[in-house]
Amino acid sequence: MTKPRQVLAALVMLLVIWQLLSMLVNRDIFPTPLVVSAAFVRGLGRDLPMHFMASFWRVLVSTLLAIVIASPIGLFLGQSKTLNQFLAPVIYLLYPIPKVVLLPVVLLFLGIGDSSKIFIIFIILFFQILVLVRDQATSLRPELIQSVRSLGAGRRALFRFVYLPASIPAILTALRQSVGTAVAVLYVAELFATQKGLGYYIYLNGSTLFDYPTMYAGIVAMSILGFGLYFVVDWLEKKLSPWQFVH
Amino acid sequence: MIEVQNIKFEYPNMPPVFDQFNWSVDRGDAWSIIGPSGCGKSTLLYLLSGLRLPSSGRIAIDGIQVTHPRPQNGLIIQDYGLLPWATVRKNVSLGLDIRQFYGPDGIHAPIENDQKKMSIDPWLDRLGLADQANKFPSQLSGGQRQRTAIARTLVLNPDLLMMDEPFSSLDAPTREGLQQLVLELWREQNLTLLTVTHSIEEAAILGERILLLEVPPNRDAQVIENPDMSRPGYRQSDAYLQICQQLRERMSQ
Repeated sequence: MTKPRQVLAALVMLLVIWQLLSMLVNRDIFPTPLVVSAAFVRGLGRDLPMHFMASFWRVLVSTLLAIVIASPIGLFLGQSKTLNQFLAPVIYLLYPIPKVVLLPVVLLFLGIGDSSKIFIIFIILFFQILVLVRDQATSLRPELIQSVRSLGAGRRALFRFVYLPASIPAILTALRQSVGTAVAVLYVAELFATQKGLGYYIYLNGSTLFDYPTMYAGIVAMSILGFGLYFVVDWLEKKLSPWQFVH
Repeated sequence: MIEVQNIKFEYPNMPPVFDQFNWSVDRGDAWSIIGPSGCGKSTLLYLLSGLRLPSSGRIAIDGIQVTHPRPQNGLIIQDYGLLPWATVRKNVSLGLDIRQFYGPDGIHAPIENDQKKMSIDPWLDRLGLADQANKFPSQLSGGQRQRTAIARTLVLNPDLLMMDEPFSSLDAPTREGLQQLVLELWREQNLTLLTVTHSIEEAAILGERILLLEVPPNRDAQVIENPDMSRPGYRQSDAYLQICQQLRERMSQ
């Protein structure tokens, strides 16, 4: 397990490398971390928090939606052999499609507001969670189910005491695997037809205003968003499924 | 206590496991059920547990036909019966939690509410699990896992304890220790005990009576009496060796 101190040391090391490289390259398009920090702090006093929150909101809503919608379906498919046999080939076909290519279509249908951005992230997380929760529910051993049934559990208690707790690590694994992709896709989605969000902020400052330190500040903010989400998922995993971390 | 009358049971596209099969068990008896793989030993326990239903015939416990798991039954299976995400304590209280979840409805839990009598800690102590209470199953030895499964069942104060190959994955000293423990609990708690096993020695040690099943379909219950089983020092006695020998001969026929 990585300790906080080691993470901090790695961060300092990366900053030093960045500093050295940018001194070596010595061009406008590659400012030093000090210059970027200044731009970041300046941005905090201006519109950066608003853009950060816009992006954060989109990820948060789409993640929650994906969990709430995909996990029950995954659990249901995992429990029902017939339904799964029917739908498995459909999921098999849809799962590997890189969902980001659907972005233009989503924009056409859902327009330029928040909903198109939320939907495209949602759809990425949806399949990830669906498949992992389904596989988790299918992999529960029949012996386990039978022995819990013998303690008096009917369908509802099985759901509450077996399927639900079994799906939590699957949901968190799905999130850990796809939270990075979600932020990446968010960036792409925010390049189009919006004036809010870190993707827009980065693009605007880099390609229109040519304010490179501020563009880098936006990249840092987006990295913080990605890291923060990853950190939260990590923390939730230790909190909600401690049994996976014992030896 | 248990009446099995003319039952027929078959898995799809297979010859019936039981066909017009009759058997009965008295309250407080200790039975072993032995036979070759695929003879229907486990199926019989699942039928008695109400986890499977016969296609015809009738299974009754205390005069009531078994149609679903009876709250006074305890079933322990070989492995995998514990929730991997729950601590020993949570696993042991699972049955109580399920009963609380439904309330005393007579189907999932007995109507008479003796929840107060059922507490976790004495059982953790009795089975030597007090120090393991906050560990997860993956942190336990095989013997401790099986003790947890036994505690979880006995917390519910069952009158019928059924075990499906309970100790087959354990090493010999652990297995003998647990066999001893089960016999003590059988006497202490006035249990009716049914143990499914493929081990001749285990059948002789845990069964006052031994039900011998054969390659399906099973029609007649073949019963071997083993009255000396509860005598002290039985494991070292000639009677034990004779029963083992008798079982070996009957099974190789």
